[in-house]
Amino acid sequence: MSKRQVKIYPRFERIWHWTQVLLILTLLFTGMGLNGLHHIIPFGPAVIFHTIAALLLLVLWIFATFWLFTTGTWRQFVPTLDGLVDVIRFYAYGVFKGEKHPHKKVIWRKHNPLQILAYFGLKVAVFPLVWITGILYMSYNFWEHIPDAGFYLNIVANLHLLAAYIVAAFIIIHLYLLTIGHGFHAHVKPMITGYEEIDLSPEEEAYLIKDEPWRLKEPQS
Amino acid sequence: MRFLDWRNGVMAGVMLLAMSFGAQAQQSTAPEAPEIPVGSNSTADHSKFAILQRDFTSGPEVTSACLTCHNEADDQMIHSIHFTWEFENPKTGQLLGKRHVINSFCGNVAGNEPRCTSCHAGYGWDDMSNPPPRQSTVGTGWDETLPRPTPASGQSNAVDCLACHDRSGQYTKAATLAGHPPLNPVPDGLKTITGAKAWAVDLKRAAQSVGPTGRDNCGNCHFYGGGGDNVKHGDLSSALYKPTKEVDVHMAADGLNFTCSTCHVADQHQIAGSRYDAMATDPHGTGKPGEPRSTATCESCHSNRPHPVSGVLTGIKGLKLNDHTNKVACQTCHIPEFARGGVATKTLWDWSTAGQLDNGQMIKREEFTQSDGKELHTYLSTKGDFEWGEDVVPYYSWFNGTIEYTLPETTIDPTKSVEINHIYGEAGDPDSRIWPFKRMIGRQAYDSGFNKLAYSHVWGPDTDTAFWTNFDWAKAIEAGMKAAGSEYSGEFGFVDTHMYWPTTHMVAPAEKALQCQDCHAEDGRLEGLDGFYMPGRAPLSMAGMLGILMVLASLLGVIGHGLLRKFSSKGKGESHE
Repeated sequence: MSKRQVKIYPRFERIWHWTQVLLILTLLFTGMGLNGLHHIIPFGPAVIFHTIAALLLLVLWIFATFWLFTTGTWRQFVPTLDGLVDVIRFYAYGVFKGEKHPHKKVIWRKHNPLQILAYFGLKVAVFPLVWITGILYMSYNFWEHIPDAGFYLNIVANLHLLAAYIVAAFIIIHLYLLTIGHGFHAHVKPMITGYEEIDLSPEEEAYLIKDEPWRLKEPQS
Repeated sequence: MRFLDWRNGVMAGVMLLAMSFGAQAQQSTAPEAPEIPVGSNSTADHSKFAILQRDFTSGPEVTSACLTCHNEADDQMIHSIHFTWEFENPKTGQLLGKRHVINSFCGNVAGNEPRCTSCHAGYGWDDMSNPPPRQSTVGTGWDETLPRPTPASGQSNAVDCLACHDRSGQYTKAATLAGHPPLNPVPDGLKTITGAKAWAVDLKRAAQSVGPTGRDNCGNCHFYGGGGDNVKHGDLSSALYKPTKEVDVHMAADGLNFTCSTCHVADQHQIAGSRYDAMATDPHGTGKPGEPRSTATCESCHSNRPHPVSGVLTGIKGLKLNDHTNKVACQTCHIPEFARGGVATKTLWDWSTAGQLDNGQMIKREEFTQSDGKELHTYLSTKGDFEWGEDVVPYYSWFNGTIEYTLPETTIDPTKSVEINHIYGEAGDPDSRIWPFKRMIGRQAYDSGFNKLAYSHVWGPDTDTAFWTNFDWAKAIEAGMKAAGSEYSGEFGFVDTHMYWPTTHMVAPAEKALQCQDCHAEDGRLEGLDGFYMPGRAPLSMAGMLGILMVLASLLGVIGHGLLRKFSSKGKGESHE
């Protein structure tokens, strides 16, 4: 086993991530305004920007979903129990004792099991809740003729709101966890450059050297 | 020539303004010409008709002349609400109209006819217990030395053609002559229906001037309902004779220059638009290309999806605004306030305090200052206490167009404020829209024995029962009930009332329309309207609170975790390695 700087976040994934950051922050900011939590932006412009950001995010997610399945990257996000308890124990206890993070990054598992669980939950539950309720909310005038449409709109809107708050809570925790270990800067950097230190098996290293050399940085002396 | 016309218009404008802003202004000469020309595409010049080349001695005489050519006009008119003052509401079956309802302003016509019927589109109706006369001879105040007008056989010359078609600007109706114009010699103290000092109308000039109805024709009655400028409606005032775009984007002379009848289209003297049987929405919209309009709704010109949807930003905005049209009336956003343009409206009228005298002298207090500096009465011995409002924020309610009146025979509950008219509509109803209203607050006489609204006889300078000359409610109510033929218990009291007036005029330019956040906010304009979901007005709803708690818990969690890390024995925790 050797530790090498390997490009594990390809360009699309990084663009996806940062575009998503921008759009989600826009949506949260305008959405909180629409909800009446602040009045920094007037309601009308907030509706316009919220709508545009939402539509762009939907397009982005369509691309990302396509990318995940065509590249096989979806496997990275399949939850696993293997090592999950160790990670939970680390954050709940070990981190205070100065223990090392139990997760070893390998090329086919670039996230730790708790991370995977969180991202998986976002992808299959929270984000779908956001966009399904969002699309229903936006298309209200197409289904307002069904009986009790007003009641359902109320439910749709409140679920949308709750989902948004879950995303906000996720962001807080997501950002905080970046400060643990190497520190915030070191954790953000891979999502900018694409490279992160990975434990490579000799076979993996040999393969990368031969077939995908651009994914390897020269070992630093 | 054009220049001269324009100058005449301005001159007349100034005079009309003087007349409307200062009802007390001592105007004894007639206005020169209508302020805003209506533009005529007529193929006839009435000043050349032989039958109009003569001096007329009465209004009905002019009508008789009109009917020699317009031989169906009288029949059309006598079946119109302008003449019958009667309207059977097809939705409720109620018999309405000025002839039947009691409102929260002057109350009732019965018993006060020659004063109230001064604005009747006919001549000589001085008894509400009978339908208006069709062949008018003369009315109250008629100069008996003048020859009596003779109608053509079978025709109804009691219709007042000139009230709506005079374009000379100097035709008017006297305030107290049951619809007749002031003629030479004008009695001392006689006023016109707008409150100006009366002048002698030149009927020949009026007859030769006739043309399509101008805004002055409508306004001289409708702007002065309830006894003065803008008293009643709130959205119909003398400001509309010559409004700026800010006041009325449709009627501004430098804008579209609409007259009333541009929207209120007429077919055989039946005029579109009704407050008794309102159209809260117009699903027909603009109809097919070239289809004539038959309603006075906004949608009949602007369609049901009026906001432009081109461009990205404006398109999204337009789409979203158009999504509102099935729940919100156009008027709600586009008439941000009523009583704009410098003329206040009465918002409260308390009859119960009327009748106070100071050593036998009438009291008049003027404690409301209009934006133009004019002092408006806040107490009159004849009428009681008043409140006024300018640039008034409307009252909003769901409205499906159905209005049910508390009629004079309706039993009321005097322990509560009585709704003079009830507006129907609710959030879940596809035919209802959120509408703006003027909500008039009243306190008025009722029959406390039978618990019903009371008629009162207020005007009648010669009677010993009229309230305005005798200040005795017992007599005035007894006389009013008698005049209306209504059973009276003999006991009266005063009851709180309120009345709704749909606001639909004084449409502001688009940039002055309400902004989203005027409603989409806590304590926004629609506060109190429930039964529907509207984003932005309840950030601390149950779901909102739950979400905020979740975010706070996350924050507390990470702060606590961070602090523990900071102060735990091994410091910051180790790296991944």
